[in-house]
Amino acid sequence: MNPLPRPILFLLLTLGLLTPRLLAGPGTEAEVRHDLVLTLLSHGPERHELLHQLARSGSKVAASVLTSWTRGEIYAYRTPGGKTIPVTLEEQEDAKGLARAIRIDTGAVLVDAKGKALKFDDSTLDTIDTDMRLRMDIQQAIDVLSLASPVPDERRSAAVKLGNSGKMAYLPYLEERLTEEKIADVRRTIEEAIATLKLGSSDPSVQIKAARNLARLNALGAVDVLTQFVANKSADPDALAAARIALRSIQEHISLVNFFGTLFRGVSLGSILLVVSLGLAITFGLMGVINMAHGEMIAVGAYTAYLVENIFGSGITLPFFGFGLHVPGLHATGSFYESNFIFAIPASFVTAAIAGLVLERLVIRFLYRRPLESLLATWGVSLVMQQGFRMVFGANNVQVDSPSWLLGHFSIDDVMFGYNRVFVVGFAIAIVLGTWLLLTKTPLGLLIRSVMQNRRMASCMGVRTDWVNMLTFAFGSGLAGLAGAFLSQIGNVGPSMGQTYIVDSFMVVVVGGVGSIVGTVYASLGMGSADQVLQQVLGSPVLGKIIVLCFIILFLQWKPGGLFATRSRNLD
Amino acid sequence: MRSERSRFELWFLALFALVILVILPGLNAFTSAASALHVSDFTINLYGKYLCYAVLAISVDLLWGYTGLLSLGQCLFFALGGYAFGMYLMLMIGKLGQYHSNLPDFMVFLGYPRLPAHWVPFRHFWFAALAVMWVPGLVAYIFGFLAFRSRIRGVYFSILTQALTYAACLMFFRNDFTFGGNNGLTDFKFVLGYDLRSAATQRVLYLLTGVLLFATYGFCRWLTSSKFGKVQRAIRDSENRVLFSGYSTPNFKLFVFVVCAVIAGLAGALYVPQVGIINPSEMATDKSLEVIVWVAVGGRGTLIGPIIGAIVVNAIKSWATRAFPDLWLFILGGMFILVVLFLPGGIVSLPERLGELARKFRRARAAVPEPVADSAEAKPAPEPDRT
Repeated sequence: MNPLPRPILFLLLTLGLLTPRLLAGPGTEAEVRHDLVLTLLSHGPERHELLHQLARSGSKVAASVLTSWTRGEIYAYRTPGGKTIPVTLEEQEDAKGLARAIRIDTGAVLVDAKGKALKFDDSTLDTIDTDMRLRMDIQQAIDVLSLASPVPDERRSAAVKLGNSGKMAYLPYLEERLTEEKIADVRRTIEEAIATLKLGSSDPSVQIKAARNLARLNALGAVDVLTQFVANKSADPDALAAARIALRSIQEHISLVNFFGTLFRGVSLGSILLVVSLGLAITFGLMGVINMAHGEMIAVGAYTAYLVENIFGSGITLPFFGFGLHVPGLHATGSFYESNFIFAIPASFVTAAIAGLVLERLVIRFLYRRPLESLLATWGVSLVMQQGFRMVFGANNVQVDSPSWLLGHFSIDDVMFGYNRVFVVGFAIAIVLGTWLLLTKTPLGLLIRSVMQNRRMASCMGVRTDWVNMLTFAFGSGLAGLAGAFLSQIGNVGPSMGQTYIVDSFMVVVVGGVGSIVGTVYASLGMGSADQVLQQVLGSPVLGKIIVLCFIILFLQWKPGGLFATRSRNLD
Repeated sequence: MRSERSRFELWFLALFALVILVILPGLNAFTSAASALHVSDFTINLYGKYLCYAVLAISVDLLWGYTGLLSLGQCLFFALGGYAFGMYLMLMIGKLGQYHSNLPDFMVFLGYPRLPAHWVPFRHFWFAALAVMWVPGLVAYIFGFLAFRSRIRGVYFSILTQALTYAACLMFFRNDFTFGGNNGLTDFKFVLGYDLRSAATQRVLYLLTGVLLFATYGFCRWLTSSKFGKVQRAIRDSENRVLFSGYSTPNFKLFVFVVCAVIAGLAGALYVPQVGIINPSEMATDKSLEVIVWVAVGGRGTLIGPIIGAIVVNAIKSWATRAFPDLWLFILGGMFILVVLFLPGGIVSLPERLGELARKFRRARAAVPEPVADSAEAKPAPEPDRT
């Protein structure tokens, strides 16, 4: 694992507490360039030694110069004073086929005494030649270079590459790096690479030790190598046995990792379902209104997030019924731009709540006593809204970029946790908690519950049921908007995006028990996990979904009222 | 009043039958293409489609308008009937397909070694013709049995039928479900040895659809005016009372559900040869909702309403999707909202509503307005809960 989780790192960087310089590896660029020139101009064993030294610098410059060298693109320029300066030519040539030269020692353009850039044809300069052996040495140095890179991820992938190369020549570099490496995660990868390489040794005792090490490290990447090794019957029997044990233990580990990975994906999918259905649990569960336009409320939220992002960026021109409406942008940059999602969340809630308010006033308030009719009318609304999105935002899906702090992942014991998935779980917890607090601890919640339990009695006690209905519906729609803001980060935003979720979210509410928030939580987590597990088992997302739907139909045979049925003496 | 309307309805229908079954096909067959009275093959084909929709709409109305079961999955049965007949048509193509194989094209394309076992009997017309009825009927029986037994009703029933349709739709979209996946079944060539592309065959199919429509109308009229129909409407209005009076309401509902599925399947079977394709998008949930719009616009709880609704809405659709392709969904959605809010009885109730308004208007002008009575009327009386 990284020493600092990414969000914290990001925070520190934005606060200016850490400068990139502190994160850079040993050796400044000037030093590296100096060494490079020395290497280029040296000969024989000295050169070999210098290359070895360069390989440990971890410098990008060194890697790119060495790569050019193997391609024969490094030239020796002799100054009038007799000095030799290694240069490389720029790719851009002028009309005469001449290109400017870049000095290896400074990285600047080569100039003459008057400060004018010198231009060359590649045939007029002598290349610094390489032979077969030297090229192999250089290639090795390039491979090893990234092992000392200042970026941990690059070090890790370099170690994996070297480990899988099967070349024992890399062993000393890896072992040397292991003594310097501080990050546990990278250390483990390097150890893995060393053990993988050692498995290819000719000494059985080394092989046995390597196999045990691989087993101890739960080296996921070594499965192929071990499988090959086990298949090789001519190997030492003891080493074979050790490799078999190692292979079995790693495979056990893999199934464990898959299990927890599936579980986590299930929980995060469940959280998405929960966020999407919570609004429906309010409007359908508590108010009894079948809002088929719930999906479009989600889309309202998602499009709001899209607009907010563009307002923070460079603005956008919307088709807007063919008129071309231009929305100006703030041209924000850096962390202010990155924070647009923070602003998008409340904005989505508010716009969707307003849309819900309008819908309630114009259509739904006439239909409280006729749930089937509310289903039909809101379906009409959903058609109108979808077409509206198409005409305002265009028929194609639009792209909402995730802020950088939601990208990437961290892993605990090989189980990957994507930041956006972790975020959705936290987000779901937060809004369930918020809803619960609103319903149970605030005066408005009290009014909502009273109206839902017995409208007439509440009305007799002086509650303005009309107002409460309106606010409840707006709140439910606002929750849908929040879901939309979130979905914009993980999926497509398009005119019919709501349709993808509407059947699922109705299922969640029905399975959970209409009118029960707790039921919604359980049902969405259960459905999310079931979906992911079935996907893993059957290897097909659609088949899993179909089975879940069939299972729900059967489940309702057993518990027609859902998981948490509200008890009532009323038959209807 | 009621008998007067009923007599009017019969006269209207007789006239309608004359136009649909005699005049239109007659004009199509016996006038030359240049004549002003000529009805083109395209029009016949289009009306054939509308008539199929009208049959489907009646089946939805029998469920929703008469029994109070709002099924959002009626198109599933329509598509199942269509698929059953489409399988027969697919096998009748023979070696004339793209790949000149005995197998249907998509099977060659997807690398099937031989015809799957459940496709084999569909070589026979009689089997396919029966499957058109029993496949939707069986699916409806199983689902209905489970749903009604556990007393799933009202909105829950609607949502569950929607889920069923959704699941089936996903299933049919899969290539390995042996029904052609995304593209469905198409490129039909022959039915019972007759060329499907000839005008005469299409005319016969059109006439059959017309006959099916009037037969369905007759059957539903008989069913709803019998004692069974009374129980049906009683279930719609207050299921518990019917239950406590000793009627087994689940069985009644199951029967109606299965009958409606069979009717929808028949409509689907006649739809496919006329349109020439059946694919999973026919059973998507929004198609079923569209059918409900037809019924609502025409007037539910009447048998003439769905026929009018299906034809009127589809005629508007054919026109609007050509004239204003962008606005069609606005029109459909708006129509739906307005009908639900302001005209629950649909087009059929329009004359009555207008008459009522005219009477009210006359009375208001004759009598002195009473403010107290006015405010009482402004608030709608609580209607019976129809969950």
